Parts: sequence; structure tokens; C-alpha cells
Amino acid sequence: MSIKLENVSYVYSSGTAYEIKAVDNVSFEIKQGEFVGMIGHTGSGKSTVIQHLNGLVKPTSGKVLFNGEDVWAENYDRRALRFHVGLVFQYPEYQLFETTVLKDVCFGPKNQGLSDEDALKAAKKALEMVGAPEDIFEKSPLDLSGGQKRRVAIAGVLAMNPDVLVLDEPMAGLDPRGKKEILDMIADLHEKNGITIVLVSHSMEDVAVYVDRLIVMDKGKKAFDGNPKEIFAHYRELEKMGLSAPQVTYLMYALRDKGFDIDTTAITVSEAKEAILKALGR
Amino acid sequence: MSMIETKNLHYDYVQYVDDNEQPQILHAIKGVDLSVERGQFVAIIGHNGSGKSTLAKHLNALLLPTEGTVWVSGMDTKDEKYLWEIRKNAGMVFQNPDNQIIASVVEEDVAFGPENIGVPTDEIWRRVDEALAITGMTAYREHSPNRLSGGQKQRVAIAGVMAMQPKCIILDEPTAMLDPSGRKDVLEALMELNRKHKVTIILITHYMEETIDADKVFVMEDGIVVMSGTPREVFLRVEELQQIGLDVPQVTYLAHELVKEGLNIKEPILSIEEMVEAICRLN
Repeated sequence: MSIKLENVSYVYSSGTAYEIKAVDNVSFEIKQGEFVGMIGHTGSGKSTVIQHLNGLVKPTSGKVLFNGEDVWAENYDRRALRFHVGLVFQYPEYQLFETTVLKDVCFGPKNQGLSDEDALKAAKKALEMVGAPEDIFEKSPLDLSGGQKRRVAIAGVLAMNPDVLVLDEPMAGLDPRGKKEILDMIADLHEKNGITIVLVSHSMEDVAVYVDRLIVMDKGKKAFDGNPKEIFAHYRELEKMGLSAPQVTYLMYALRDKGFDIDTTAITVSEAKEAILKALGR
Repeated sequence: MSMIETKNLHYDYVQYVDDNEQPQILHAIKGVDLSVERGQFVAIIGHNGSGKSTLAKHLNALLLPTEGTVWVSGMDTKDEKYLWEIRKNAGMVFQNPDNQIIASVVEEDVAFGPENIGVPTDEIWRRVDEALAITGMTAYREHSPNRLSGGQKQRVAIAGVMAMQPKCIILDEPTAMLDPSGRKDVLEALMELNRKHKVTIILITHYMEETIDADKVFVMEDGIVVMSGTPREVFLRVEELQQIGLDVPQVTYLAHELVKEGLNIKEPILSIEEMVEAICRLN
């Protein structure tokens, strides 16, 4: 599996006074098994970029390749692409609509053309993957708590058995525990089920802990693409883009400025702890 | 007289499960006593479903107590004759800026509130000028709100409340949907309102970093206030907070972990500067 964007640009309201270049000549490749984070200020083009990954929007120029094939070529089966690349929008719980949780999650696989029985099997498996307890299967999705609703909504996409799961700020509006539970669940999907993950987030602290690779968007352009540690070392540039580094990274630099011989690449609390203990010779 | 006071506040709501089943009565708030003094900056934290938002809606009479009493500037919210006076005293800002902006031009949106309560035109413009200046949005006054960033929209929403000249502003997770710089801008605007203009601020948030400069923090859990005090008092209780599903700022947690390793750091640590100082002292 591979999704490749080649020099993709996307222009909204083209030819009018309100023309905006939301995505400006962006190229990258997402490979099988990666856990990629995408950060960027509001309006940086993140959401528009991810809508290219499953062919929801057509680039104004440039190419989107799935397994080497141009998804906008004539006769390309974009419907099938959308089952390979599952997109979870922001506040996905607003899209729950069925009378019971199980029926809601069955909606996707049924649309794929699965029989009722197979759809049910896929739905149950997906609900299990997101850790939804069985006693909510027959409940109305609208009666669940915020965190549970979100799990069910994610299960609705997982039930279509995608190779890649793209999530647009799946933690927005959740409390610290809810956030951690959703993130752990996503990490589990990546590790145990081998699903490739693209995670869009505003929380630097969270992406620092979870992702292997980070793509930073700024004003429609790709500003950075690489290892989170290397990218957070550019914290001054990130700030100019309306972003930041995790709080502990700032601490490492502040300590270095005070003359400590300290590893400034720490981006999580446990790394910071090790770095400080080492710097103090403990 | 306190800005806001609640006594033995209870709120129940009825959940209709099925047509033929008994409706369930849920207790969202189960006896909250709190008081907020004029000019304070107060933060309320708690996990989803702990009753924070339900409490907030009582503070400007959007909801009325099932039992107990809420006073805003000494006025009982249950007394209908005070309703408009209470709403003028206590303004509210919600999570999603897109749900709160109604006009097609920023300055008109800010003017909407005072116009509604019959403020004379000259005075409206004076208030709009002032509110936009305080929130740092003057340069955008003739822009269309839907072309602003999330943080800018939220500042317009705050300016709109400011133009009503409330004594108190209640904000229910105003930064939840914003990026880091948007969050910072909104927080700075709130600090300015509080410190310079003496507006009482009640901030509900999931971002613990936003509460460290508050005068007081209330922690809600399952419909009651389980902890309250200065941020220093509250964030000393790292483990208790984690137990109820809450967080502490990253440096506070780091300091706690280092103390467990035997380092002599005086907890709680609330900022990077404090942490740097504490570690320099060890060396």
C-alpha cells in the first residue's frame, strides 16, 4: 500500500475574487504501516490535503497515486479507493444517525455490498477493535457519552476494513482521559491490526508521544516532513507558523541556556525525565 | 457582595428512553456551593459529563436550579424580573465560534448585542471600538467573520460579549477547537480583560496550562466540586487529579516524576521558569 501526492495544488473559488490556494504544490508519500502525524495552524490546508488521500477532492493540479495508479485517471474505481482509505472527519459523532449502534456501524459494510450477515460480522469486529462494550450495541448512538460516540463513529469507518485510517482531530473536545483512551486505541489499531494511520492534530504533546513521522503544513505548503524530534528542534519556526513544541522541549532549551549539558531532543515527559536525571549526574 | 454565588445547587434532567419505559431522572449537579468574587479569574476543570457546562449555564440563568439558589450580583436567577439584568451582568462564550457569529461583518457582529438592548448608536460604536481594541481585532473590523481563523472568530465572540459591558464573562471551553496560537491569543485577551478592565472571568477548560494564572480553580467530578483552591494548592494533588481522569501541566507532572526519583524539588511546579529555577538550585 502506498498513497503518493505529487505536486498537488488545490484552489478554492477559482477565478473569483475569493480565490484561495488551500494546498500549494504539496508532495509526500504515505507507506504501508506508517503512523504519520499532520500538524498545522487553522487554515493551513491540513483538512484539504487529507481529503485528497481518498479522492474526495480532485487536485486543481498535480497527481494523487494509490499503489502507483493515478486515482483521477479515467475508469479508476474511486469508490473502491474510499474503502481502502477510511476518513474520519472532525466530530465524527455528528454523523451517527441510525437507531442502534450496531445498525449504524453496519451501514458502511452494507454499502460495500456485504450480505447482512457479513456486515454484522464486520461491524462487531470493528466495535471490538475500538473497545466498545457489547451492552451498548443495541443502544441508540445518541444516548452514549462523548467518548463512546466517537469510538462508535470510528468503528463505522473501520467496519469497511480500510488499509489506511485518516483521522482529522479525533481528540477535539474530549477531556484528558477520553483523549488518551482514543489515542491508545488508535495506537493499538496501528500495532495490532497493522493499519496505516494519518493523524491530524493540534496537540503537539500528543503527536510527540505517538507518531513516527510528522508532516507540518503552513499556509498550504508542506513546511517540514520527518522525525518529530528533528522537527520540534525547529520550535522557533514552528511558532512563526502558529504552532509550538511540547512544553518539556522548551524546558530542555531553557535548561541548556542556563548552562546545563542536556539532551534537547526530549519531546515527552519520560524523555525529559531521563535527560534531566542524566544532566544532573544521577 | 459576591459576583456569583451558588448555594446547595442541584440540577436534574429527565431522559426519555423509550415510549413505553419510565423516563430516567439524571442528577447533573448534586449540591454545589461556590462563590466567585468580583474581579477574580476562576477556572473550572473536570472531565466530560462532570457537570461543568450545566453549572456554567446556571450562571447567567440559561438553566434554573432544580433545588438551591444561584445569585448573580446578588440577584436570584429564579426571579424572572431580574432575567435581563442578570444576562447583562454575566455574558457567555461557547466552544464553537461558528455557532455564535451571526453578522456578515465583524463590527456589526460585535454591535449586535448592544443594539438589541437599545443602546444609543453613538454609544454602540464607542463600545464596538473599545471591545475590538481590547481583543486585538480592530484591524479586522470590516472583514467577514467567516474568513477569520478560529482564534480570531473566538475573539470576535468575546468582543461581542464585551460590548454588552458585562461584569462577568463565563467561557465554556472557548479554546477547545483552536490551534496553539489561537489558544494563546484568546487567553491573552482574557487576561487583559481581567487584569486591566477588572472583568470577572469564569473559564471552563480541559487545558490545564490555561488555569495556572487563575486566582482559583474548582475541580468538578460527578456533579459536585471535589477540590478547590489556588492553582498551586490544586496541582499539588497530581495523583488525585489523574485518578479522576484529569491532567496537570506537563512540567508539573515532570516535577512530580522527578521528586519520585528522589530529587529535592518543591512541588507544585507550574511553569517552565519555576522548573528551571528548581533545577538550578539542585546543581
